[in-house]
Amino acid sequence: TTPGGSITKVLIANRGEIACRVIRTARKMGVQSVAVYSEADRNSMHVDMADEAYSIGPAPSQQSYLAMEKIIQVAKSSAAQAIHPGYGFLSENMEFAEFCKQEGIIFIGPPSTAIRDMGIKSTSKSIMAAAGVPVVEGYHGNDQSDECLKEHAGKIGYPVMIKAIRGGGGKGMRIIRSEKEFQEQLESARREAKKSFNDDAMLIEKFVDTPRHVEVQVFGDHHGNAVYLFERDCSVQRRHQKIIEEAPAPGIDPEVRRRLGEAAVRAAKAVNYVGAGTVEFIMDSKHNFYFMEMNTRLQVEHPVTEMITGTDLVEWQLRIAAGEKIPLSQEEIPLQGHAFEARIYAEDPDNNFMPGAGPLVHLSTPPPDMSTRIETGVRQGDEVSVHYDPMIAKLVVWASDRQSALSKLRYSLHQYNIVGLRTNVDFLLRLSGHSEFEAGNVHTDFIPQHHKDLLPTHSTIAKESVCQAALGLILKEKEMTSAFKLHTQDQFSPFSFSSGRRLNISYTRNMTLRSGKNDIIIAVTYNRDGSYDMQIENKLFRVLGDLSNEDGYTYLKSSVNGVASKSKFILLDNTIYLFSMEGSIEVGIPVPKYLSPVSAEGTQGGTIAPMTGTIEKVFVKAGDRVKAGDALMVMIAMKMEHTIKAPKDGRIKKVFFSEGAQANRHAPLVEFEEEEV
Amino acid sequence: YHGDAVARLGTQPDSGSSTYQENYEQMKALVNQLHERAQYVRLGGSEKARARHTSRGKLLPRDRIDNLIDPGSPFLEFSQFAGYKLYGEEEVPAGGIITGIGRVSGVECMIVANDATVKGGTYYPVTVKKHVRAQEIALQNRLPCIYLVDSGGANLPRQADTFPDRDHFGRIFYNQAIMSSKNITQIAVVMGSCTAGGAYVPAMADENIIVQRQGTIFLAGPPLVKAATGEEVSAEDLGGADLHCRRSGVTDHYALDDHHALHLTRKVVRSLNYQKKLDVTVEPSEEPLFPADELYGIVGANLKRSFDVREVIARIVDGSRFNEFKALYGDTLVTGFARIFGYPVGIIGNNGVLFSESAKKGAHFVQLCCQRNIPLLFLQNITGFMVGKDYEAEGIAKDGAKMVAAVSCAKVPKITVIIGGSYGAGNYGMCGRAYSPRFLYMWPNARISVMGGEQAATVLATVARDQRAREGKQFSSAEEAALKEPIIKRFEEEGNPYYSSARLWDDGIIDPVDTRLVLGLSISAALNAPIQRTDFGIFRM
Repeated sequence: TTPGGSITKVLIANRGEIACRVIRTARKMGVQSVAVYSEADRNSMHVDMADEAYSIGPAPSQQSYLAMEKIIQVAKSSAAQAIHPGYGFLSENMEFAEFCKQEGIIFIGPPSTAIRDMGIKSTSKSIMAAAGVPVVEGYHGNDQSDECLKEHAGKIGYPVMIKAIRGGGGKGMRIIRSEKEFQEQLESARREAKKSFNDDAMLIEKFVDTPRHVEVQVFGDHHGNAVYLFERDCSVQRRHQKIIEEAPAPGIDPEVRRRLGEAAVRAAKAVNYVGAGTVEFIMDSKHNFYFMEMNTRLQVEHPVTEMITGTDLVEWQLRIAAGEKIPLSQEEIPLQGHAFEARIYAEDPDNNFMPGAGPLVHLSTPPPDMSTRIETGVRQGDEVSVHYDPMIAKLVVWASDRQSALSKLRYSLHQYNIVGLRTNVDFLLRLSGHSEFEAGNVHTDFIPQHHKDLLPTHSTIAKESVCQAALGLILKEKEMTSAFKLHTQDQFSPFSFSSGRRLNISYTRNMTLRSGKNDIIIAVTYNRDGSYDMQIENKLFRVLGDLSNEDGYTYLKSSVNGVASKSKFILLDNTIYLFSMEGSIEVGIPVPKYLSPVSAEGTQGGTIAPMTGTIEKVFVKAGDRVKAGDALMVMIAMKMEHTIKAPKDGRIKKVFFSEGAQANRHAPLVEFEEEEV
Repeated sequence: YHGDAVARLGTQPDSGSSTYQENYEQMKALVNQLHERAQYVRLGGSEKARARHTSRGKLLPRDRIDNLIDPGSPFLEFSQFAGYKLYGEEEVPAGGIITGIGRVSGVECMIVANDATVKGGTYYPVTVKKHVRAQEIALQNRLPCIYLVDSGGANLPRQADTFPDRDHFGRIFYNQAIMSSKNITQIAVVMGSCTAGGAYVPAMADENIIVQRQGTIFLAGPPLVKAATGEEVSAEDLGGADLHCRRSGVTDHYALDDHHALHLTRKVVRSLNYQKKLDVTVEPSEEPLFPADELYGIVGANLKRSFDVREVIARIVDGSRFNEFKALYGDTLVTGFARIFGYPVGIIGNNGVLFSESAKKGAHFVQLCCQRNIPLLFLQNITGFMVGKDYEAEGIAKDGAKMVAAVSCAKVPKITVIIGGSYGAGNYGMCGRAYSPRFLYMWPNARISVMGGEQAATVLATVARDQRAREGKQFSSAEEAALKEPIIKRFEEEGNPYYSSARLWDDGIIDPVDTRLVLGLSISAALNAPIQRTDFGIFRM
C-alpha cells in the first residue's frame, strides 16, 4: 500500500459539481485546490472556485479530462501532492492510478489492483463469492450445450435470465419462468444474438423480479480497517441511470441493514480496499440481496450518506489518502434521520429523457441551509455543454424522518426554477409525489410501471394559469411603458397609463397565447378599477394583480376569480414561465409570421434541430423537391444519431448548415419555399 | 413646503338629499344612454358588412387602432356621434371614419381610420368634416398623422356636399401638404382601396405602407379604365402592393397583412426621432379627493337647477387643489389655477350670469394665463350676459367684448367643456366653437343654442302679439301656446348634444366621470405644439 503523506495541495481531475464539491472541502481543511479545465469550461464555476486553474485542452474529454499525461503534468508543475479524480472520467481508471503512483502523486482512491479486480465482472463475483458475500447465482461456462445450460438453469432455480455474453440493449436476452419454456426461449435468444452480435454464446443468471437497487457506502484505510456508512436506495432509474436516491433504504429492518453493511465490509476487505467505495446489491421483495458490483470511487449520490451520518466523505478521502486512519469506528457512525437526493438534469422526460444542452438563462434555487444542499457546478448564465454529462445539480435534503424529508424535497423542487432548456424538475416532482414512492415501494421498474402517472401524455393547461400568464404579460407591458416615461420630461401624461381607456366604450383586447401546439385566445377587457375580465372560450375570469421584484426576481401576485397566488414570473424570448408552489407553467407567445426569420410552417414542422449537435450528413440542397418524411439531414447529438425528416411535401428554399457544422437547439435547419395560397 | 399647501376645494355633498338623488338618477340615465348609443356606434357597419370585411383577413378599424397604439394605452376618440341621425334612414356610424389621438411608439399621433364596413368607407359630407377636423386638431397641436386608408372615395350621390367647397374633400390633401411643410409627419397605411382622390392620401404622405393583395392605389379603378380605354386589368395589377412597392414607387413599405402593416407603422413612428418638449412645468399627479361620480348628483340633468362650479372643479383637478383668483370680485365667474395630471391649467367656470365685473375678471385671468403659458379650461354653463337698462348703461357690451377679445386672441391651448347650458354671447365669452378651442366636449346634459327654447318662444310670441296689436287683433293664450310649442320643441331638439355632435359642433360627448381623463389627454396632446406668444388687440376701455 502507498504510504500517505501530508496533503497541502490537491488537484481535482474533474469538472462540474463534483469538482466544486471537492474544492469546498479542501478549502475547509486548508488544503489548496488546483482545477483543470477544457476550453469549453473556461468560465465555469469550478475554475472560479479553485485557488489555481490550468487549461488542459479542447472540449472533447478524450483530449482534456481523460488526458492523463496532461493532468499529471499540471499536478507536477503546480506541486499538488494528490489528485482527486471525482467520479466518471479517470476515477476508475487503473492505468491512471498506476501512473500517479509511478509519478509519486497520491491518487485519492483505492489501489490499482482493487480497481482492476472490481472492474471485471466475473472476477469480482468470484472474489465476493469466496469472501462469503451473497452473489447472484449463474453460469458463465464455456460448455454451451443445451443440456448443460438447462441443467445449470435448473440448479440456479427458475425464474432465470439467459443473456448473450456479447449482448447489450436487451438483444439476445430472455427471461425464462419455467423449465417447459427453456428450449424454445434459448433457441430464440440464440437466433437473435447470432443476428445481432454474430455470437450466440449464452450465460445464465438468477432472475430477480422487480428488484431494488441497494448500495452500501464503505471506507477502507491503509491500516487494514474498513467500515460501512449504511445503505442507499437508488432503485428508481431511467435509461439505466439513477435519478433519485435516498438513505437509508426504506423498509429495511436493522438486521438486514447490519447484514448488508457487514457483507459490504467483507467485500472491501477481500480486495484490501482503501478509500471510498460502494458495494452495489440487488435486493428482491423478500429483502434477499446479491452482490452486483463494486464502484471504486466516490459516488454521485454520496451526499445522502453524509446527511444521515453527519460526515464529510471527501474529508475522509483526503485524510485516508494522507495515511490517516478512518476517523470513526463502526460503532461511532450514527444513523440519523432520512435524506433524499434528486438529480436535476437537462433532459426531456417527454421525449424518452433525451439529454439536452443549452444556456441556463434563468436559474434560481431554494435557499441552501443545514438540511438543504445544492450541489452544482453551474450558475445562471452558464451553459450545459453538449460535451459532458447533462446533470445541472443535485438537490439534497435531510429531515428527521422519511415523510418529512420527502415533503421538504418537494417543497425545494418547487423552488428549483430553470429556464432556457428542458429539465426533469417537473418529472421529479411527479415522481416524488407519487403515492407508491411515498409508500417506499420502489424498484428498478418503477418508472415504466407508473409511466402513465409520471408522464401524462397531454396535460391541458388550466384556464386560470393562462389568465395568470396573460396578466403577467399585460403587467410587464405596463412596466415597460412606465420605464419609458421616466426618460421623458412628460412623466404624468395619462397617455402613458396602460389603462386601456376608451371613451364611452370599453376596451377589449384579443390576446393569443400558446400552450404546446394549441393557440388559446383570451379576450381581455380592461376594467376601470384596474382589474381585467378575461374570457377564454365560454369561461369568464376576473383577474387582477401586480408584479414585484424581490432578490432580483420578478414575482406575479395574482387573483383569478378571487383565488390568490404568487409565482415567479419570467418572460424569455417568446415564452412566459410561471413557477409557484402549485407547479410550473410554460406559455408561449406566438410570433407573427412577419417576425420569424423562417416560415412558421417550416419551423413548426420539425426542420429545426431537436438539440444542440453536429450535422453529420446533408441529403438535400436548395431547390430540391422533397416529400413528407424524406430524410433531410442526420445530426449527431449526445452520442445519438437523429434523422431530420421533411415535415411536408415541398421545395427546399435554403439549407442552413453544411456537414460538420454545429447546430444549436431549435436552430432552423432547412427552410421550405413558401407555398402559394 | 408644508405651509405652501394649496387649500383643498369642495364639500361633501348631502348624498341622501332628494335633490342629489334625483340629479344622480337623471344624469346616470343620460350616461347610460350615452354608453348604449356609443356601444352601437362602436360596431360600425352591418353585421354582414363586418363579416365580409373580416373574412378577407382584414381587421376592423377599431382593432386596427388598438393594434397600432402602444399596447393597453388609452385612445382619445373624437366625435363618436358624427352623422348620428343626420341622413334620415341612412346610418353612418361615427360618420364612417374613426379619429382620435393615441400613443404610437410613445409619440402622440392623430389617427384617422376609414371604416370600410360603413358604406364601403365612402366619404359623406360629415365624413369629410370629421377628417378635416382631425387634421385641424393635428395641425394646431402638431401631432403626426397616421391615415389608415380603406375607402371607396367620395360618396357619389352626395358629391355636391363633399367636393367643391373649401372645406370639402380637396382640403384633406391640402392639409397634408401644409402639415408636411410644417414638419408634421404624414403617414398613410393603405389597407384597402384608395381610388381617385383617395389615391392622394398615400401619395401625399411622407412615408407610407401598403398591404399586399388588399391595398390598392389608382386614379381610376378597373371599371373606369375599361370604359375609358378598353384595357382590362385587375385591381391588383393596376395598383396593388407589388406594383407600387416594386415599380411605381408610390408606396414605401410592403406588408403581408394588417398586423404587419401596423407593426411597420409603429417602426416608422419610432424612426421619426420625435421629441415632445413641454413649455410648462409638471408636478406629480394626484387624484381628486372626491369620487368623480358625485358630479352626477351635484350637476344633474335639470339646467334650471344651479350648482357651484367649484364642486365640479374639485372633482376634476389634482388633489382637489384650486388656487382661486379674485374670489371676492365678479363672483358669477370663478377663475383660478390648478393642475390636471400634473399639467398646469387656468380654469374659468360659470357660477351664474355674466356681469361687467365677471367679464373684466375673465379677461384679466385670460391675460394672466397667456403671460404664463398656462393652458385654459372653460367649464361652460352660461345663460348669457346680464340684460337690462342699468347694465347696458354700465357698458356691459364693452366689458363682454373685452372677455370675448381676450379669449379669441389667447394662443395658449384652450379647452372647453360644456357642462350645462351654452347660450348666446355667453358661448362666445366662454370659448365656444367659433373661438377655436383646441378641443370642445359636451356633457350629455348640456344644451347649446342662441338662447333657451322658452325665451325664444316668448320673444317670438311677444313679436306676434305686438304685430296683432298693431293690426288691432287679439292674441289668445291658446294661439300663443300653439305658436310657442313647436319652437320650444325645435330648440330642444337642436340644442341637444347629439344634434350638435352629429354635426361636428363639438369633439364629442363625454361622461362627466371621464372629464378629468379627457382633459388630461387633451392637454397632453395640446402640449405637443410650442405655446405661442399672445398678442391682444384693442380692449375698449
